[in-house]
Amino acid sequence: MNSSKTKPKRALLDEYGATSGKMLQILDYEGKVIQAERLPKLSPEEIVTAYKNMLYARTADQMAVSYQRQGRMYTYPPNFGQEAIGVAVGTVMRDEDWLVPAYRELSAWLAKGATMKDIFLYFGGHEDGSVLGSARNMLPSAVPIASQLPHAAGIGYALKYQGKKDIVFTFVGDGGTSQGDFHEALNFAGVWRAPVVFVIQNNQYAISHPRAHQTAAQSLAVKAEGYGIPGIQVDGNDYLAMVAAVQAADEHARSGEGPVLIEAVTYRRGAHTTSDDPGRYRTEEEEQKWAERDPLKRLKGYLLDHQLWDVAEEEPLISQYKKEIDQQFTEMENHPYELTDIFVHHYADMPDDLKQQMVAYEKFLNWKESQQ
Amino acid sequence: MNIMNMVQAVNDALDIMLAQDKNVLVFGEDVGVEGGVFRVTEGLQQKYGADRVFDTPLAESGIVGTAVGMCVAGLRPVVEMQFSGFVYPAFNQIISHVARMRNRTRGRYAIPMVIRMPYGGFIRAIEHHSESMEALFVHIPGLKVVIPSTPYDAKGLLISAIESDDPVIFMEPKRLYRAIKQEVPEGRITIPLGKAKVLAAGEHVTVVSYGALVREVQKAMSLAKKAGISVELIDLRTIYPIDRETIARSVQKTGRFLAVTEGPRTAGMGAELMSIVNEEAFLSLEAPPTRLAGFDTVPPLARGEHHYHHSPERIFYEIRKLAEY
Repeated sequence: MNSSKTKPKRALLDEYGATSGKMLQILDYEGKVIQAERLPKLSPEEIVTAYKNMLYARTADQMAVSYQRQGRMYTYPPNFGQEAIGVAVGTVMRDEDWLVPAYRELSAWLAKGATMKDIFLYFGGHEDGSVLGSARNMLPSAVPIASQLPHAAGIGYALKYQGKKDIVFTFVGDGGTSQGDFHEALNFAGVWRAPVVFVIQNNQYAISHPRAHQTAAQSLAVKAEGYGIPGIQVDGNDYLAMVAAVQAADEHARSGEGPVLIEAVTYRRGAHTTSDDPGRYRTEEEEQKWAERDPLKRLKGYLLDHQLWDVAEEEPLISQYKKEIDQQFTEMENHPYELTDIFVHHYADMPDDLKQQMVAYEKFLNWKESQQ
Repeated sequence: MNIMNMVQAVNDALDIMLAQDKNVLVFGEDVGVEGGVFRVTEGLQQKYGADRVFDTPLAESGIVGTAVGMCVAGLRPVVEMQFSGFVYPAFNQIISHVARMRNRTRGRYAIPMVIRMPYGGFIRAIEHHSESMEALFVHIPGLKVVIPSTPYDAKGLLISAIESDDPVIFMEPKRLYRAIKQEVPEGRITIPLGKAKVLAAGEHVTVVSYGALVREVQKAMSLAKKAGISVELIDLRTIYPIDRETIARSVQKTGRFLAVTEGPRTAGMGAELMSIVNEEAFLSLEAPPTRLAGFDTVPPLARGEHHYHHSPERIFYEIRKLAEY
């Protein structure tokens, strides 16, 4: 390929193509730049903001786990160690773009404008927790694995049909790549040249099942090849590499050339959910290896090297975040749950039969009260 | 005799069947190394090896579809759907192949498969982890559907299910997994599929239920007793084929019928059970057959699920209305 005629970002997708066997990395594990020529165009302020967003997401995530432990919230899937991926998508994603999530990309939800209160509502067992009203063009979480991906392809088709320039960002995990929906979504999006960026968060485990046993393929990015679309494997704990890849994918999709598959290689440092015990299926040694590759540690290393961060700022900032997040949690705890929440949104117009079921139940509640 | 909860009883049944028949395999998501997210398959991979008890890629259609192939090649797979809410990718395989193979091939190929899945709610779970959609399976010709309500029944019914030459959907009420302990005999025990159990004899009202709600009906019965109402309680145990005879005999005696089920009301098991009562005991009826089912809604999330899941008071309220009719 004549690279002088190729757009630089397209060149990145070619050089790190699905079958290249290469993983894009810009920062080493200490945050030193190892590929200056690949650095994405970002202002120092943008990089500082990204670090703060990662810090906010991590703080919120840790607090969510602790609220669950206190019995104030229900099952929660921790994001610990995966913050860079959603923040990098957030750096590139525009207001009108769509976000089609799975359930472990908190930092991307926040980037789209979801508030922690919205998110706490969901994990706090409220029907209102899937509204996410402050986030523009975002679907709620999809717990059935990979089922959201065809929706992303469909939104991509609709945007194209409507002549819009917006694109779709969607997430799935390494386990999700085994589901039929994953393959169907990539195939449809490829055939339609739909403007969709598929992000696989390869965090090495589908609950207890390691990536090596999920597929015999050498990488997850390589699966793009079968659908005739570009695929790229990126160090998902390297914020700058992630931005470079997402920018390239964004340019490809937004210019009408169709979907891109990004495999973001990361590690779920926490449990699958608060019900899970990773000690049953992985070693502390492995956890330690990945702790050394932590995305916040690496970006902080970069910021410190470039005199963009003052360590003394960090603790007060975290304290401020904690206060804000706790305020949002209190709002969730005070959020009402009405009997009608169960019934009124199933249909545009509630069927009479369903109304009668609610009335019959209210009659029982009245009777029960009269018995006390 | 061992004291066991339902998790241990299911594990024991799998253990016995793996030991008894080398054609039995156990597989699904996280069932091997992890021993299942509820620990139901704990220790089985260590005992029987990873070619008989193993983890699969994350794909329910793949799990059930490959199990069909294993069945026609002579194996007897017992597969796990991690939660019943995640069985739907496998529905095409279940409806189009699992349930039909015997009939299509005029008995040449059977599907002696068991598909186990935890189901049901009231455990403050997240979305898709609380459904009680057994009626979907009952509606598919060619399947048997089994739901135990005690550790003893879980063991005996699961062994019968694995030994059955027909495909069995085996739904485990996750709310009961660790809720009850009971003496369970050691070794192979069987409970025939298709036979309900009369748990309590009574005179005034027949209540049919199954799964986690059996215990709630039992609690409601003590309220009924105080009100002078004597309830006959039948645990259906096998949801299809239905034991019509046991239901008919009871309603012919009591003249009053209530089905207590968890799933959505319309076209649910309650509707089927009331039809059986109409067909078999119409002339004995002293009140219209009644059902207490879930609302025709998705199960509410944790904050609202107490409205959806029948409390003993709610069940008693229906029993009383029926007795006073």
